[in-house]
Amino acid sequence: MSGHSTYVPKSAVGKWFESRLPIMGLIHSSFVVFPNPRNLNYLWTFGGILAFMLVSQILTGVVLAMHYTPHVDFAFSSVEKIMRDVNYGWLLRYLHANGASMFFIAVYVHIFRGLYYGSYKAPREILWILGVIIFLLMMATAFMGYVLPWGQMSFWGATVITNLFSAFPIVGESIVTWLWGGYSVANPTLNRFFSLHYLMPFMIAGVVVLHIWALHVPGSNNPAGVEKQTAKDTLPFHPYFTVKDAFALVCFIIMFSWFVFYTPNYLGHADNYIPANPAVTPAHIVPEWYFLPFYAILRAVPDKLGGVLLMFGAIAVLVFLPWLDTSKVKSAKYRPLFRQFFWVFAIVCVLLGWVGAKPAEGGYILLARVLTAYYFAHFLIILPLLGLFETPRKVPASIAEAVLGKGGSANAMAAGAHAEPNTKG
Amino acid sequence: MKRLTFIRAALAAVVMAASPAAFAAGTAPQPPSMSWSWSGPFGQYDATQLQRGFKVFREVCAACHSAEYLAFRNLSQPGGPEFSAAQVKALAEEYKVKAGPNDQGEMYERPARPADHWPSPFPNREAATAANGGAYPPDLSVMAKARTYERGFPWFVFDIFTQFQEQGPDYLAALLKGYTDPPAGVTVPAGKYYNTYFPGHIIAMPSPLNDGAIEYPKGADGRPQAPETVAQYAKDVTAFMMWMAEPKLEQRKELGLKVMIFLLVFAGLLYFTKKKIWSKVEGDAHGLAF
Repeated sequence: MSGHSTYVPKSAVGKWFESRLPIMGLIHSSFVVFPNPRNLNYLWTFGGILAFMLVSQILTGVVLAMHYTPHVDFAFSSVEKIMRDVNYGWLLRYLHANGASMFFIAVYVHIFRGLYYGSYKAPREILWILGVIIFLLMMATAFMGYVLPWGQMSFWGATVITNLFSAFPIVGESIVTWLWGGYSVANPTLNRFFSLHYLMPFMIAGVVVLHIWALHVPGSNNPAGVEKQTAKDTLPFHPYFTVKDAFALVCFIIMFSWFVFYTPNYLGHADNYIPANPAVTPAHIVPEWYFLPFYAILRAVPDKLGGVLLMFGAIAVLVFLPWLDTSKVKSAKYRPLFRQFFWVFAIVCVLLGWVGAKPAEGGYILLARVLTAYYFAHFLIILPLLGLFETPRKVPASIAEAVLGKGGSANAMAAGAHAEPNTKG
Repeated sequence: MKRLTFIRAALAAVVMAASPAAFAAGTAPQPPSMSWSWSGPFGQYDATQLQRGFKVFREVCAACHSAEYLAFRNLSQPGGPEFSAAQVKALAEEYKVKAGPNDQGEMYERPARPADHWPSPFPNREAATAANGGAYPPDLSVMAKARTYERGFPWFVFDIFTQFQEQGPDYLAALLKGYTDPPAGVTVPAGKYYNTYFPGHIIAMPSPLNDGAIEYPKGADGRPQAPETVAQYAKDVTAFMMWMAEPKLEQRKELGLKVMIFLLVFAGLLYFTKKKIWSKVEGDAHGLAF
């Protein structure tokens, strides 16, 4: 986005249009010739996968919304009608429900890639913070979406989470009544959740545009954590990364399809096939799997307000990560001590998720507290200290050197510009 | 390094201390795994079994349970019991549904048509609850997807790959066969019954099935096409409930096969295209280069 593109349209119509709205040049400079580090691994394909999933959720969601009724007396029935009577309604529903889970699988891989390779460090701090904002919007969207089928988990999950806001002193109760549109989760709540659930993906799309814009200023980070310096370090986005992203995307869609066609209810909860009943509380109220770590943190604190603050704090701490991590070296590849702590942190997050699904009784309470303490210690104690005390390995001088070795970088070809085109056959 | 080993050991110790013994146990045992015709990537319903299951449903279950999402016409659609359209029309006419108001403003009853949904045995939820000792007989339309049991580790990981989705049917069949005398020391309140697989063991529904209670169609040799036993009734009606809950299962798996084959071929083509395009570039292979 810095400066004009080099795109010159071939046709007269193209020239006429481009001089009035230079969108072709924008696409060309951002997604055709844009220089990407040549050493990217497949963890860098998840941004493209996430963009695809956002489009998929919007398309399936818009069609589902044509058949869904956001009223407490009709919501559950309208979803069953979609499953049975709407042509390929079952496919739309399962694509949308499992698509949400796929969206979160991809976003967690994408975030952990960023954590491992230091993609949040200068000059990508704003890019990272925009990502945290997208993550928050995703969580709000998914939470409200899960309420819409109006099953037992929909209703009770909504009741538990909206009740949390009453923890805030003085204004808490009023906030909750205002959110509910009444004195409990009921029809006004469902109706407004539907409206907001339709709205928020478009807010996500807007922040995604900013996210990609912020990315295109410095360009992508890479596994070596060394910024690009010369043309030898990079390859044009097309065809190298378009084809690589396409392959990764199809592999991801294979996994997606496995869930949609063969195990469509695996990631869901059986209780959500029971119509919502305010008079009957389920034995165990659990959110969808992607919220479980935060649910564990929420329940780890005996105080309601403390739990709420710590749960939001677990995401808020990510915003400060660029400044908490004091190391000048970006990539864990050259930070042997950090690498170990990263994997411990990853295991802690998975365990937090497991604990979140368990009842808050017995030994699970202690476990949740220990894991929550470690989660925050990782960001607030370990990372700041690591940068000061760790001895990193020697970082390569350039990406080309990292890929080709010291001798290779001297005579590495800038691919695309000089490489022999492949002959046929 | 010593610091890290300590942290790892401490974590392991905490996980160990939080062992299963420290946690509350579930109340009901795991239902036994049964083999169902629709499980796996090539699974299909057995239409004859679904027809038997429907017979059990209408002669026994429908006396108390509604099935509001079942329409008569579903019974003749592909991927289900596949009765003929004529059979469904005749079946529907045996039932009455409320209709109206007519031009005089009165509500009236008329024979059901294939387009109508299965009529509930009670006019409303309160009537159903009152007629059944204060316990509402739940609607059975999606019951097979509304029940499950904890698989535990590591089964819940294997289940993704084996495509195991039959927790609901396993539970339902076990429940229907699970009525026994209560063990010593357990008192069952009046009007309730003891069931091995019901959470808490005290269930309001009496055992609905008895040997020989439902007559199955006869095969060519003059004998019933399946044993007229509680176990068989339970299996067949559970299969019917699974179809009621997931009538598009066969279409879903069929389309899934076509989609997976397409995607695998597509992935292969893209893989080799990617390799060819990248072969122009010097340098090491790209993968999870940590």
